[in-house]
Amino acid sequence: MKMKMKSNVQFVQGNKACILGALDAGYKFYGGYPITPSTELAELSAVELPKVGGKFIQMEDEIAGIAAAIGASLTGKKSMTATSGPGFSLKQENIGYAMMAEIPLVIVNVQRGGPSTGLPTSPAQGDMMQAKWGTHGDHPVIALTPESVQETYYMTIRAFNLAEKYRMPVMLMTDEVIGHMREKIVIPNKEDIEIIDRVQPNEKEGYLPYGVKDGETVPKMASFGDGYRYHVTGLAHDETGFPSNSNENAKRLLDRLMNKVNHNLDDILDYEEYMLEDAEHIVLSYGATARSARAAIKQMRQEGIKAGMFRLKTVWPFPEERLLELSKNVKNVLVAEMNLGQMVLEVERVVKDNAKILFCGRADGEIITPEEIVETLKEEF
Amino acid sequence: MTNQFELRLSGAGGQGLLLAGIVLAEAGILDDKFATQTQSYGPEARGGASKSEVIISDSEIDYPEVRTPNLTLALTQEAADKYISKDIMNGIIVVDERVKINPAIKYEKLISVPIMKTAKNKVGKAIVANIVSLGIIVEATNVVSKEAMESAILNRVPKGTEKLNKMALESGYELAK
Repeated sequence: MKMKMKSNVQFVQGNKACILGALDAGYKFYGGYPITPSTELAELSAVELPKVGGKFIQMEDEIAGIAAAIGASLTGKKSMTATSGPGFSLKQENIGYAMMAEIPLVIVNVQRGGPSTGLPTSPAQGDMMQAKWGTHGDHPVIALTPESVQETYYMTIRAFNLAEKYRMPVMLMTDEVIGHMREKIVIPNKEDIEIIDRVQPNEKEGYLPYGVKDGETVPKMASFGDGYRYHVTGLAHDETGFPSNSNENAKRLLDRLMNKVNHNLDDILDYEEYMLEDAEHIVLSYGATARSARAAIKQMRQEGIKAGMFRLKTVWPFPEERLLELSKNVKNVLVAEMNLGQMVLEVERVVKDNAKILFCGRADGEIITPEEIVETLKEEF
Repeated sequence: MTNQFELRLSGAGGQGLLLAGIVLAEAGILDDKFATQTQSYGPEARGGASKSEVIISDSEIDYPEVRTPNLTLALTQEAADKYISKDIMNGIIVVDERVKINPAIKYEKLISVPIMKTAKNKVGKAIVANIVSLGIIVEATNVVSKEAMESAILNRVPKGTEKLNKMALESGYELAK
């Protein structure tokens, strides 16, 4: 008898899981420029989008790629661009534009070794601070970090949902390990997936494209082509969308943009606490490195060392309140990440003297091993 | 006995080792186990030696890369020189009969059999050397059930080649006995 995987089970790469999640979230437009290790995202989009009435465009470069995705999103289509470090650098200006003009968009960065063209086929987590500060000016950021192929599927759906709900670009910060490895995923029933669509206006008369009622943070978004006429700009603007140099107006706009994230942390923040109940040592990690951290914790628990993991699923916003609380009850907070010290800076800012902060990082294109994490902690004993 | 089994399948680009790795992992999933598959990319994977790595486990797989393979397959000398290193320790080595193993390497068991010749002459097509290899691996390790392996192959191979691939798999079983 021939055995078959259940029809909702697949053995796929993380990059494919991303596209499967995107399609289930209502993904309709890809604009971008292929780059290793994100290329499968472009390839699969080219194959799959036409089947669902969507469009794929390979633009002349990464800048044009995100620009096209922004334009498509303005017409009401759920849009994505995908890249890796070098392309992420190029996209920064338009990321800021999408923040300012409040355009829903998913940006996938399958991180590879940097700086510059760096190590094209090797993993890294070196773009975490760039995700937060890469584009100029104060702005809100949502960035998600999956640790498995299955989680890539769910987090891609979540990225689209958050983008639509808060009208802003959302970053999925994966890495070469998660993007290229194959694992089993189980595709849930359509009815069990929550899909959020942007709120659209239903009254053309008096429509204010950037106006909100008291207490609201997200304006209703009209699609280009639906007969609403409005202005879209990266300049500071008033409720009509037209530029305004008024300081009062600029403050009101920026406060509202920041509050989209700051006032909705309960909805946006996501993290995992693993074996932290009795922990004396926290290993803070995310993405592919969290898998090594989990292996390290299992190994240390067998040796009687009370370690647990605080895993960031949203690196931005950073779950600072929860980390501060947890840090008061432990001796050490060890940060493990594939860079030479990025999220550890955020941990230092939050944890301060509550616990000793240790760092285990590398940026040579190799994933951190569980043993390296164990050794870094044991040096303290 | 550990419940996690790590395999490194290596050879020349184009020998179908990527597919072999995927099929092996999918067989693991059919057996209700956990599996991951990773592979070499970029210039490393073009021509010359390339590898596909598989982990099959009874529980969730944390660290996803193969470090101390329980089994290493090398279909070419170049792959053997590159991927059969001292980290193999007590693992099993499966090689084509023409491949020479560095005497400094310690291993639990060496299976040196005519994989390429069997694929080409007995089964009839050199291209099924990857499936012959899977037969050897399953017979030698029971890392997945024969039923799951046969199903996983038939789920993946092109229509019209089922018989050929089944024969290749069975020839692999024979070579390992």
